[in-house]
Amino acid sequence: MKIAITATAQSLDAQVDSRFGRCPYYLIVETEDLSFTALANPGVSQGSGAGIQAAQFLADKGVQHILTGNCGPKAHQTLAAAGISVSVGCSGTVREAVEQFKTGKLPAASGPSVGGRFGAGSGGGRGRRAGRQ
Amino acid sequence: MVRVQVVVVAVVPGASEREIGWLSNGKFVTTEDFLRKTRRIAVASGKGGTGKTTVATNLAVTAVKSGLSVGYLDCDVEEPNGAVFLNPDMAMTQPVNVSVPAVDLDKCSGCGQCGRICQYNAIVPMGQQVLVFPELCHGCAGCWLVCPTGAISESRRQIGQLEVGKAGPLHVVQGLLNIGEVVSPPVIAAVKGAAPDVDLLVIDSPPGTSCPVLESVRKSDLVLLVTEPTPFGLHDLRLAVAMVRALELPFAVVINRAGTGDGETRAYCVSQRLEVLAEIPEDRQVAGAYSRGELVCDTMQQYRELYAELLRKIMPNTASMAARSA
Repeated sequence: MKIAITATAQSLDAQVDSRFGRCPYYLIVETEDLSFTALANPGVSQGSGAGIQAAQFLADKGVQHILTGNCGPKAHQTLAAAGISVSVGCSGTVREAVEQFKTGKLPAASGPSVGGRFGAGSGGGRGRRAGRQ
Repeated sequence: MVRVQVVVVAVVPGASEREIGWLSNGKFVTTEDFLRKTRRIAVASGKGGTGKTTVATNLAVTAVKSGLSVGYLDCDVEEPNGAVFLNPDMAMTQPVNVSVPAVDLDKCSGCGQCGRICQYNAIVPMGQQVLVFPELCHGCAGCWLVCPTGAISESRRQIGQLEVGKAGPLHVVQGLLNIGEVVSPPVIAAVKGAAPDVDLLVIDSPPGTSCPVLESVRKSDLVLLVTEPTPFGLHDLRLAVAMVRALELPFAVVINRAGTGDGETRAYCVSQRLEVLAEIPEDRQVAGAYSRGELVCDTMQQYRELYAELLRKIMPNTASMAARSA
C-alpha cells in the first residue's frame, strides 16, 4: 500500500511534521518493503489553500492513505473526494509511524482534526491570524 | 459658495506653475483648488499597533476643525476601530458581495481546466466531483470563462458590509469583513468606492504589506507610514518603504512613541532621505486618552498643535481650501 507521511526531512528517521499542508516534505512509502521517495512540498508557502493543493499533489502521486499530525477541513474534504484516507495524531519518526500504521494503531480519521489555517502561522503583526481559531 | 471671478494664466516670476488665479475673496488658488481635487492621504504601517488609527482619526478631526471637508475611510476591514474614537451615526449599511463559481455537475466533462486556471485552489476538480471553496475565491471569473461545457456559472456571495455615516461634519465610511472570510480587498474597494467628494480623504489602512494594504493605499496622493523606534518597527518600516517605492507612491514617515526604543529608525530615515513629518512622543497620557476612546487633538493642547502642524505639512493649501469649502 502506498502511503504518504508529512516529514521534517527526507529520510525514514525524520520526525513526522504535524502540519499536513505546510510540512517541508512528503515521504511516499510503500508499506510492504519501506521503499520510499521524498518529495518537497510545492505549496509550503502558499498564501491560503495549502492543504487543498497538497491533497491534489498527493492524489496525483497515487497515494492511498496519509499519516500526519493534523488535517484541516478543506484538506480533509479534498482528500475525501479523492478517496484518500487520513490518520491524524501521528508523531515520532516516519519509520515509527509507518510501523504503528501497519499494526493497526493509527486508524483513519472521520473528520478534520483542526480548524482552518492551523499550519499557516500568525500574520499581520498582532497575531490576529493565530493558527487555531 | 466662493466663486472664481478671474482666472489669470500668466507666468509670474517666482510663482509655481500650479498657481493660476484668485478667488473672489482675494485668496489665491492653485490648479489643485481649481479642479476641486480631493487629496487622499493613506495612513499605513508595516508593523501592527504602531498608531495608524490614532494618527488617522486625529488628523481627520484636526482637518475638520481647520475648516476642510473631510472623509475618514476605515479600510482595516478585519478589525475597523476608527469608529470607536469618532462615534459616527451610520446612516446606511449595505452588503458587499463577490462573484463565486456555481458548478452544474451534469454539464461537467471533467476536463480540469477550472482547477488549472485557479491560482487560489478555490475550485478543485477531483474524481467525479468539483469542490468549490468559496472563501478562497478571488472572483476573477477565470473558471467560468475557461469552462468549455458551460458547467460553471457566476453566483454571488456576501463577504462583508459597508457602513456610511457622519460624525458631526466628518464623513465616515467603514467596511467590515465577515468572520471567517480571508479575502478582504473587495470590501476595501467598496469602502474606497463610497468615498465622499471632499477636500481630504484620510484612509486608515490595515497593517502589513500584503494585498489588503495595496488595495488601501492605491491611488493615494501621499502615504504616511507610521512606525515606532523599535527593532520590530524598523524591520517592518523597511518592508513598507519597499512597498510604497514599488508602487511609486509619494510617502513620508511619522514616528510614534518617540523616545522609546533606540535611534536606529531615525538613522534609517536619515540614511534613506525619508521625510519624517512628525514625531509623537511616548506619553502615558496619550495611552490613557486612547483607552478612554478620546482623541488627543480634542483634549490636549500639545497634541492639538502637533496634529495641526502635521496637517499643514500634508496640506499646505489648507487655508485656501477651507475658504473655498466655507
